[in-house]
Amino acid sequence: MSFLEFLNFHLVPGIVLGSVYAVGAIGITLVFGILRFAHFAHGDMATLGAFIALALVTAGLTPWAALPVAMAAVAVVAIVVDKLFYDYLKARPKIMTVMASLGVALMLRAVVQVVFGVDPRTYATGIVRPDDYFGILLRDRELYTLAAVVLIVVGLTLFLRHSRWGKAMRAMSDNPDLARLSGVDNRKVTMLTWAIVGALCAASGFMLGINNELQSMMGWQVLLPMFAAAILGGVGRVEGAVLGGLIVGVAEEMSIFILPAQYKAATAFVLLLLILLVRPRGLLNGKVL
Amino acid sequence: MDLLGLANYAVFMAILIGIYALLALGLNIQWGFTGLFNAGIAGFFAVGAYASAILTSLPASGRLGGYELPLVVGWLAAMAAAALIAWPIGKICLRFRSDYLAIATIGVAEIIRLVIRTEGWLTGGVRGVTGIPRPFGDLDYMPSQIAYLAIVATLVLVAYLLVERQVKSPWGRMMRAIRDNELAAAAMGKQVEARRLQAFVFGSALMGLAGALFVHFNRSVTPEAIDPMIATFLIWIMLILGGSGNNRGAILGAAVIWIIWSVSELLTDRLPTEVAVQAKYARVFIIGLTLQLVLRFRPEGILPERQPGAPPHR
Amino acid sequence: MALLDMKDVRGGYGDADILHGVSMTVGEREIVVIVGPNGAGKSTAMKSVFGLLAIRGGHIVFDGEDITAWAPDRIVQRGICYVPQVDNVFREMTVHENFEMGAFLRRGDLSAAYDRVYGLFPDLKAKRKNLAGDLSGGQRQMVAMGRALMLDPKLLLLDEPTAGLSPKYMEQIFQITRDVRDAGVSILLVEQHAKQALAFCDRGYVLATGANRHEGTGQALLADREVAEMFLGG
Repeated sequence: MSFLEFLNFHLVPGIVLGSVYAVGAIGITLVFGILRFAHFAHGDMATLGAFIALALVTAGLTPWAALPVAMAAVAVVAIVVDKLFYDYLKARPKIMTVMASLGVALMLRAVVQVVFGVDPRTYATGIVRPDDYFGILLRDRELYTLAAVVLIVVGLTLFLRHSRWGKAMRAMSDNPDLARLSGVDNRKVTMLTWAIVGALCAASGFMLGINNELQSMMGWQVLLPMFAAAILGGVGRVEGAVLGGLIVGVAEEMSIFILPAQYKAATAFVLLLLILLVRPRGLLNGKVL
Repeated sequence: MDLLGLANYAVFMAILIGIYALLALGLNIQWGFTGLFNAGIAGFFAVGAYASAILTSLPASGRLGGYELPLVVGWLAAMAAAALIAWPIGKICLRFRSDYLAIATIGVAEIIRLVIRTEGWLTGGVRGVTGIPRPFGDLDYMPSQIAYLAIVATLVLVAYLLVERQVKSPWGRMMRAIRDNELAAAAMGKQVEARRLQAFVFGSALMGLAGALFVHFNRSVTPEAIDPMIATFLIWIMLILGGSGNNRGAILGAAVIWIIWSVSELLTDRLPTEVAVQAKYARVFIIGLTLQLVLRFRPEGILPERQPGAPPHR
Repeated sequence: MALLDMKDVRGGYGDADILHGVSMTVGEREIVVIVGPNGAGKSTAMKSVFGLLAIRGGHIVFDGEDITAWAPDRIVQRGICYVPQVDNVFREMTVHENFEMGAFLRRGDLSAAYDRVYGLFPDLKAKRKNLAGDLSGGQRQMVAMGRALMLDPKLLLLDEPTAGLSPKYMEQIFQITRDVRDAGVSILLVEQHAKQALAFCDRGYVLATGANRHEGTGQALLADREVAEMFLGG
């Protein structure tokens, strides 16, 4: 296999897949870090976002124009889900919220299945030929995906570093008691976090859909790789989630060199157990709950 | 449906309730008494199912098996196989908060599903394993069903008594203390880890046994027989609704939820085909919603945990 | 009239009372220290001022207003800031961001507040972009106090600020506490190092089993034989 073949058939697809995982993993790491529980409805929230975008595309929008609308819509959904199903559990052990989120996962998926059916769908039909960039083959959608991920990561990082409420979110993740002593309103941070997480879910679902196809189980199937990415990078660390996402994505695409192709999905699980075994704080020293 | 048909149906339901009761008891050891979140119940169930199927089934070409070993060997192997898978997962994940175990068990169930589908030489792939013997399977339909029900009921009773005894022992008191106080648990360190691991492995073994009982009842098993998410979720609701931390509650919850689930299936099957598919997924939605409602309005379940002198926990 | 006036406060965290009638006052520009053996309810007494426990009797008056059983966020706005004993900084945020979080409730120009904390803690000026978690124990304590001072409180509550610090840093923290007082802030602190704390404070209270045992100026308490026998080691 030539180097270019390796690049085009393994590394590039791995990076594209990994950057989509990264967007999902950022959301997981934010919930894990700030609200302190493993959010199992994350994948299915991504599915919902992908299908909301599909409905918009069916209504006449172009896919990339549908993305921000879908992000806004799922942001609202996430806030409503929190108010209805998570918020009242906050005084109880956090694991109860984990359980509730598993129920929400099932409900969101059922909604998608009832409304959109279970057959695979796509945003656009037809085969797209990749363009040649100095030997590297890239499709437009892959290029846009990478650009969108960069935009999201940079935007979110700037927000968390420099804005008042971004700092409040970091403070809440760092030391919730002290944040409250400093007068940070827990409810506002929670709401803001869900809005961001919902939007990120929609973005990751959309990117999965546009680079492959949409189906009702797609989100559930990427939940494990996204969790693996978040923990691999270090819980609570946005940069860690990006790094973790890329590693998991590339590792999955590379796994076929050592594993039968059917076990591609096992890669994330192996990485997860490995990191828990040797370095539970993750590569970038995150939290351990 | 005539009277005999109804009786047949009742026995059939009772057998499945018994199998689910075993699963709920297994989960009760893990979650109810120890606070461990197992989100991959279906995986341990499937491992037990296939382990016993492979060891006891008639020979078939293209896959391992045909050892025709006695049923008891198959059942013990089912428990051992599930326990063997639970052990390393617990070993790695139980040092952390239960969230990590939940994630890992989702992964385990997924891997087990992949293995079952892919490794045809072991599991028969999508064709599954057939020719699995059933105890008293040579009898007429009704006596055979009743005999199987008796076996299942006995095993549920034995499991119930074992778990009850264990829970009332110092072991059980310590487990509850750990569950209710994470700080104390952290202070006790290594010893706690070992205890939690025991609970996780023992609970998983019961789930494996339930899997074995399921395949010997059906005489065959295919990858489609177990929908991982829904199976896992149904058992969670059975335990939470019945009353986690209460073994009778777990069994009661298994009966209530299984009856509701089956009856709702009978109802949706009668719908015109245009809406039948939607109705199938609407049922899943309702199952998810049921959990939320129970968590919100009756978190202690129908039969709350009995714990003299202690405030209600969940 | 005293800035803070606690009268006969009873209460605890759960159903059981830990405080069985604690009274104390803190005047303007005064450093008051609470000492006592382990389990005497020192920290609990201080937390009662900050609304962190269920008060079942007595009154707490601050600056002419009854603040008994107020919620902490309201008490913060009223002018009392609290520095917990442990986990009192945002470890993954920079020194400067810690100060920013301290001023989270304040709007408008904060340059005077920053000048004041960096003036009090000149060491931190060079480290303003370092993560608080990377600093030494003594410097972290400065960050914690600085964070609390950003809201310009009239009263600062310090829970064992020298716990786990070397004697050198202990001296430094006491010196800083005096500087803060000289900047116009009253201070109530709980101390494990009773001898050193009594030597540096204006007045002190000795608590035992959740109630007042002795009170007086630091020097008077140090000279008291009963106090000395209690826990100063003769």
